[in-house]
Amino acid sequence: MNNIEFIYPELFLIISLLILLILGVYKSNSYNFIKKITTICFLLCIPIVYLNNIGDFNIFNNSYSVDSLSNYLKILILLSTVFSLMFTNDYIKIQKLDKFEYPILILSAVIGMFLMVSSNDLIGLYLGIELQSLSLYVLASIDRGSEKSTEAGVKYFVLGALSSGLFLYGCSLLYGFSGSTNYYEISEVFKQDTSIPILFGIIFIIIGLAFKISAVPFHMWSPDVYQGSPTSVTSFFALAPKIAGLGAIIRILYICFGEIYEEWKSIIIFISVASMLLGAFAAIGQTNLKRLMAYSSISHIGYVLAALTVGNRDGVISAISYLNIYIIMMISSFACILFFKRKNVYFENIYDLSGLSKNHPLISFCFATTLFSLAGIPPLAGFFAKFYVFKSVVEANMIYLAIIGLIASVISAFYYLRIVKIMYFDPENEKFDEGSNIGIRFSILFSSIIIIFYFLNPSSILYYVEMATKFLN
Amino acid sequence: MIDVGLGHYLGLGAVIFTIGVVGIFLNRKNVIVLLMSIELILIAVNINLVSFSVYQQDIVGQVFTMFVLTVAAAEAAIGLAILVVFFRNKGSIHVDDINNLKG
Repeated sequence: MNNIEFIYPELFLIISLLILLILGVYKSNSYNFIKKITTICFLLCIPIVYLNNIGDFNIFNNSYSVDSLSNYLKILILLSTVFSLMFTNDYIKIQKLDKFEYPILILSAVIGMFLMVSSNDLIGLYLGIELQSLSLYVLASIDRGSEKSTEAGVKYFVLGALSSGLFLYGCSLLYGFSGSTNYYEISEVFKQDTSIPILFGIIFIIIGLAFKISAVPFHMWSPDVYQGSPTSVTSFFALAPKIAGLGAIIRILYICFGEIYEEWKSIIIFISVASMLLGAFAAIGQTNLKRLMAYSSISHIGYVLAALTVGNRDGVISAISYLNIYIIMMISSFACILFFKRKNVYFENIYDLSGLSKNHPLISFCFATTLFSLAGIPPLAGFFAKFYVFKSVVEANMIYLAIIGLIASVISAFYYLRIVKIMYFDPENEKFDEGSNIGIRFSILFSSIIIIFYFLNPSSILYYVEMATKFLN
Repeated sequence: MIDVGLGHYLGLGAVIFTIGVVGIFLNRKNVIVLLMSIELILIAVNINLVSFSVYQQDIVGQVFTMFVLTVAAAEAAIGLAILVVFFRNKGSIHVDDINNLKG
């Protein structure tokens, strides 16, 4: 029973989920109340995770690991979820999505993500993925009166269930040929015998996980789902599930498949190159901001995977630093997107932003900074993120990967800069509503300050990430 | 009589899995058929897991199967719920009618 004390964060969230579910049913019109309590639960959970970080443990017969990496990713997940609840408050009320199920579904998705980042066993990973995805399917179609939202839900459900099926088939093959579902035991088997016909299983597992983080060629759901779901849900999709998916990928590639690096290296290189290039090219023709952000996040995931192809601790460090900065940039861009409303109607087309700088100089400055940072222009934070990735890729003698990444980032600069041009040089439109809530203002301010002043102390994030990945040697 | 061994079970699993995946990609008619194809994929996985488990004298595979069955039930419930909501808005569950979002 000693193991229980290491999973206090998960237990805390599960118990609060059950209590909130009962409260929500009994209290009428309980959205505000439940949402506040949920946010408080997330905030309370951060110190619990932090205090839990007293070493690296493998508990429950090595099937669940609580270590510095999983704790780091958990704190990142909690913070990004708090932000995505904070700046979407107005949107949810205006679009009449204020049902108490909304924060509760987010809470249960977060519990699934916790399982994903720290599970050390295929069964635990599968259950985590399903808990997360089932909540996300419902969240995508939460605007049940809208044709677009429900269609996004159907698409997400069908493709997500297919990907879970592929992942499971891979799990069954891996279990069959190695005789265990535990990462450590599987890697022991690989250590003794590298000739097992396991490539098939690995490919299926990587396909299933690539679906969840929307890497090419399994990205086709993501633009549709991003566009169709309510913007508040889209912003959540762009933040937390990516962290959880990458956490699961890092753990399975580096711990379970650590011995057979050569086998998966080429697969990940292919996925990463394809994601970087497709994200750059396909976004050129997009005029819907949410769809554009979907392609942008596909291409960013490509950079993170490029760092993971290195196969050592440096790669993980640069991948997680990139992820960190990506999260900050996404918080800023979605907070800006949620600012664009006139008389309770939200605008998503890039041409609606024309002449924004004359009416709202501060917001357009912050949005332009974020876009420059997404394009990777120095001295903003996005530049450093790309710099870490290219540095570790070049050090591993994979210069071609760095060159492809550079080309993709130059191409993607086009569509980021086009938005800046529309905001600053096109004829001005009607003003947007000024009275946006404090959550949006705070999120934009917070993330913009980090993006702009990151260059003053670039090693700060690196320091924490290095602490978090110490055990990966 | 043929001796039914692990290979046969795995072959059966692979065939059912292929039918499921092909069913998702070739089906142009009805979303319900998609749900059935997903169930087929999960059934194939279960056959694989159980046969591996018996072959290796290891119980973990059968435990995994129980989890997969439970999750499959939850997944079918959520899928049907989403489908009902979609049908209310669109008045159809034809696969070709899921075409609002593209670009």
